[in-house]
Amino acid sequence: MEKKIGLYICKGCGIGDVVNTEKIVNIAKNALRVPVVAESDVLCSKEGVDLIKKDIAEQGVNSIVIAGCSPRVKTEEFNFPGCFVERVPVRELAIWTIETDEEKQLAAEDYIKMGVIKAQKADIPEPYVIEIVKNVLVVGGGVSGMTAALEVANCGYEVVLVEKESELGGFARKLYKKVPTDDYSKGVLADVNLEPLINNVTTHPKIKVYTSSRIEKIDGQPGDFDVTISKNGSSETIKIGAIIQATGWKPYDAKKLAKKYGYGKFKDVVTNFEFEEIAKNNNGVIKRPSDQRVVTSVLFIQCAGQRDSEHIPYCSGMCCTTSLKQARYVTDGNPDAAAMIIYKDMRTPGKLEYYYKEAQNTPGVMLAKGEVTAIREEYDKLIVTVEDSLLGQKTDIETEMVVLATGMVPTTKEPQDYLIGLSQAAAKGDEEKAKYLETTKKPEFILNLGYRQGPELPFLEGGFGFVDSNFICFQYETRRTGIYAIGPVRQPMNMTEAQEDARGAALKAIQCIEHVAKGIAVHPRAWDTSFPEPNLTKCTACKRCTEECPFGAIDEDEKGIPFYKPNRCRRCGTCMGACPERIVAFKDYNVDMLGTMMKNVSVPSEDDKPRIIVLCCENDAFPATETAALKRLKLDPAVRFIQLRCLGSMNLVWIADALSRGVDGMLLLGCKFGENYQCHFAKGSELAKYRLGKVQETLDRLQLESDRVQMFELAIDEYWRVPQIINEFMDKIREIGPNPFKGF
Amino acid sequence: MHHNGSPNRILVIGGGFSGLTAGIEAAETGAEVIIVEKNPYLGGRVAQLNKYFPKICPPLCGLEINYRRIKVNPNITFYTMAQVDSISGVSGDYNVKIKIKPRYVNENCTACNACAEVCPAERDSDFNFGLNKTKAIYLPFEQSFPLRYVLDRTACPKDCSAPCVAACKYNAIDLNMQEQIIEVKVNSIVVATGWKPYDAAKIDNLGFGKVKNVITNMMLERMASTNGPTEGQIIRTSDGKPVEKVAFVQCAGSRDENHLPFCSYICCLASLKHTLYIKEQNPDAEVFIYYIDIRTPGRYEKFLNQVLEKGGVNLIKGKVAAIEQDADSDDVIVTAEDILSGTKIKQKVDMVVLATGMQPEGLEFKVPGLKYAVDGFVIDADGIYSAGCAKNPMDVAGCGKDSTGAALKAIQIGVRR
Repeated sequence: MEKKIGLYICKGCGIGDVVNTEKIVNIAKNALRVPVVAESDVLCSKEGVDLIKKDIAEQGVNSIVIAGCSPRVKTEEFNFPGCFVERVPVRELAIWTIETDEEKQLAAEDYIKMGVIKAQKADIPEPYVIEIVKNVLVVGGGVSGMTAALEVANCGYEVVLVEKESELGGFARKLYKKVPTDDYSKGVLADVNLEPLINNVTTHPKIKVYTSSRIEKIDGQPGDFDVTISKNGSSETIKIGAIIQATGWKPYDAKKLAKKYGYGKFKDVVTNFEFEEIAKNNNGVIKRPSDQRVVTSVLFIQCAGQRDSEHIPYCSGMCCTTSLKQARYVTDGNPDAAAMIIYKDMRTPGKLEYYYKEAQNTPGVMLAKGEVTAIREEYDKLIVTVEDSLLGQKTDIETEMVVLATGMVPTTKEPQDYLIGLSQAAAKGDEEKAKYLETTKKPEFILNLGYRQGPELPFLEGGFGFVDSNFICFQYETRRTGIYAIGPVRQPMNMTEAQEDARGAALKAIQCIEHVAKGIAVHPRAWDTSFPEPNLTKCTACKRCTEECPFGAIDEDEKGIPFYKPNRCRRCGTCMGACPERIVAFKDYNVDMLGTMMKNVSVPSEDDKPRIIVLCCENDAFPATETAALKRLKLDPAVRFIQLRCLGSMNLVWIADALSRGVDGMLLLGCKFGENYQCHFAKGSELAKYRLGKVQETLDRLQLESDRVQMFELAIDEYWRVPQIINEFMDKIREIGPNPFKGF
Repeated sequence: MHHNGSPNRILVIGGGFSGLTAGIEAAETGAEVIIVEKNPYLGGRVAQLNKYFPKICPPLCGLEINYRRIKVNPNITFYTMAQVDSISGVSGDYNVKIKIKPRYVNENCTACNACAEVCPAERDSDFNFGLNKTKAIYLPFEQSFPLRYVLDRTACPKDCSAPCVAACKYNAIDLNMQEQIIEVKVNSIVVATGWKPYDAAKIDNLGFGKVKNVITNMMLERMASTNGPTEGQIIRTSDGKPVEKVAFVQCAGSRDENHLPFCSYICCLASLKHTLYIKEQNPDAEVFIYYIDIRTPGRYEKFLNQVLEKGGVNLIKGKVAAIEQDADSDDVIVTAEDILSGTKIKQKVDMVVLATGMQPEGLEFKVPGLKYAVDGFVIDADGIYSAGCAKNPMDVAGCGKDSTGAALKAIQIGVRR
């Protein structure tokens, strides 16, 4: 379809009072050759919108530039399906933030020119659509995995469930009783009732179960994964649409608690997991390991090896409730029995508080805050020393048995530790790497992804082995598109929470499949049909894109030539920013487009009139700027803002080009990075900063001061900092003086 | 996700974090979604928060993404200032009446502020818990969505000549706007009505409303926000003095049979976060947190340690017995029992923050046609799924997870048909 641009200039909200729109109409018609240009007193009025609609219908306008207000308002009015729509916020960036009429005019001209160029350079994307399969692989057949499988299947999608053990059920299989989900007035111990769930899974017509099986390899991309499953030495490769990892957790190795709590030394010191087995094997009767005697006194030590920098630094979330449950194994049906729980903090958040209340009201269950400092054996009893408790400064408590409430370690930890070690060794050179590979036992990997960036889901820095997630707003946003982690591989959680988690991931997996079927990106750009199209004939195999892609979307061959997997892509444009050859382009977002926009920003010839280009993140720094405008904060008229999908898409060539044209400075505003990164593409702003470190070279070549290019982290709520940052930067620029390339 | 060609339609009651998540996730999976929100803006409780724990990042960042997802998604319809009036029918086929209150400002509004400039009347800002005032015609907050003014007619003077109407060049103000009832048919319903802060005045011994400089955690949250009543300065309400010593009273109303019997999950973490706010403004400030149990489950333990490392943070396991005004100043005297030592403590501080809990909206306000437990949480039924804090007190991360799951259950109803 032939592109036909229409530019519509609104004169409302004070624009027409100060801006000579007629002049801009002439620039657009003559210099920019825009075929359809119109003005309106109030473009968002019915008359204004009808004018645009008429041009669409009668003149075939399909690429619309609206010069008026920011898209924070009037999104419904200016919604023209099937058309490219570019909103130029003249009101915010020229009228509200700039003081003099003359400068407002210049700014309006620049922004409208850039808007038109954007429309001229943008093609309407044709979605990447390949033949896909609409099924889901669930790895792990515990409660989380089975729940996910059932929920996906109940939406009408096929599921392949892979479990490494010979039976489904996972950890729940080992439980004697479970905590009821909600109402504790009907009893505090509920049957685990695993069989109905297993039955539902195994008999579901849409679920295929592989037990005693492992994932040998996963290649491909969402909608088109090739998953190789091995079972009893033979393997089978199947096509998969999306993946859910529900491989659960392992108990913390209690042998490491030998010194602290006498585990392994005293037979009657057991872990909560072993205690559960004892209860299950004896149908609720608690017999202690040393002499198989039925016990009437048990002491539970909470946070055993948890919340402890020498063991597990985190809290496993479920152990308090588990001990409250297990205490009832001791006291139920035995009025003489006593279960004592020594805790640091009783953690029963939300409605679990009711469960705690029930325990407090249960005769025989005793609860005390305290610190266990020693355990010794006297005759056939254990003596536990508790300090700093309600019981006094130092008290000895006699008990027949001790239960250590040890915590959960995600199954992802071992592979992670190994991979971290490997990358650290590799950083020291090939020799160290070879030595590491030779001397370190390789753990069993779980997903075995054939991704250039590694075989498992990425992990969080300081995340204790749990897999990556942006953690707060978007729980399922991993850095591997179409692969969702659930349950205790993501964070410590109890069974109910894990089941809820499974439902959420089931939805995301289905959503991913439906999006790739249409060639639309998944979160966060869930409307975007563009995708990176590299011109590989010019590729120098520098590997920057394959290394930097935050989502591992690009693989490479032995020569380093990249293979783009568009369905893994989140459309941030980091690859486009990384490429020194500028060969990566999206149909509606590319180096040429942004570069041309920048080239058309006016550069005043006067030495006392600097020009600054601000590149900012469209989700955070730019809304902050718009908010500054709404608050009528004034900005230096030298600045021109350009929005980027993500600062990760910033290509250094823009900086070189702009500065060599006489632009006095470039300011980059991106999201906070580091451990608590706020970038929705995980690493975009961090990569921009990294690249900026290399810009020095360019500046040196141009014999320019390095301070002419600066980057700041700016969060969306920090609108008040926008003028501050700009003023400080302008002071610096004025101090340095005009760009010597000005006027060339 | 369509069945026999007819769309899968879901009603989401509540446009806060959970409702938006459920609605958007369902819509992006192909369902048609209607979101009903009682406030004049979407975003709910989290829009009032300065930062999220543990990342100390602004809630508006994630909301911005969600607003954009709504703007570009034709499957989502939303109504602000709207409430569900009735629900009838059965799972798979519900008839819902929605009552939309008049905003008195129509879609012509360009958010230019001309109306507020001329408005002669003021009202207490509910968004800022009455800590400051707005004009009678106002924008809920700078980044509210939809970005449209709203008129509080109850704040208009009787004989007002309505200069706002004259000032608006776009005929956006319609003083004759009437309440509207619309009817929709949906397959399933997600209830994400959220929570409100427990009324601290109901807790007799904690002095709220009687003793100067006793505020709630949500009020502190607004104070710490740059777009809040003090432009981000944490100061005493009585005399504007910056704070040096602050006491936090945990479980103010929570875990208490006379108030809220459950634990509100977020208050320990919120007070730790507030400690960071205070320490950021004054690194030498001293904080006293009176608690029953410090509840920072899971990976949040790291956040607890991170805050404790700042120094000057005193965790005291103890129950606060009384909060009184100092005889000679605006300072506050906290009397508490230190449970571990068994001693009675009297601590003089500049300000007391009550870590009030989450009262589920359903405790006082019940959506007609839904079932509730005695504690105010929603009881699910076939085709009706609660999400987030309408179901159980939880953190934002938990709400995200839970409401995505609720979206799935809601979608299954349409598939099953």
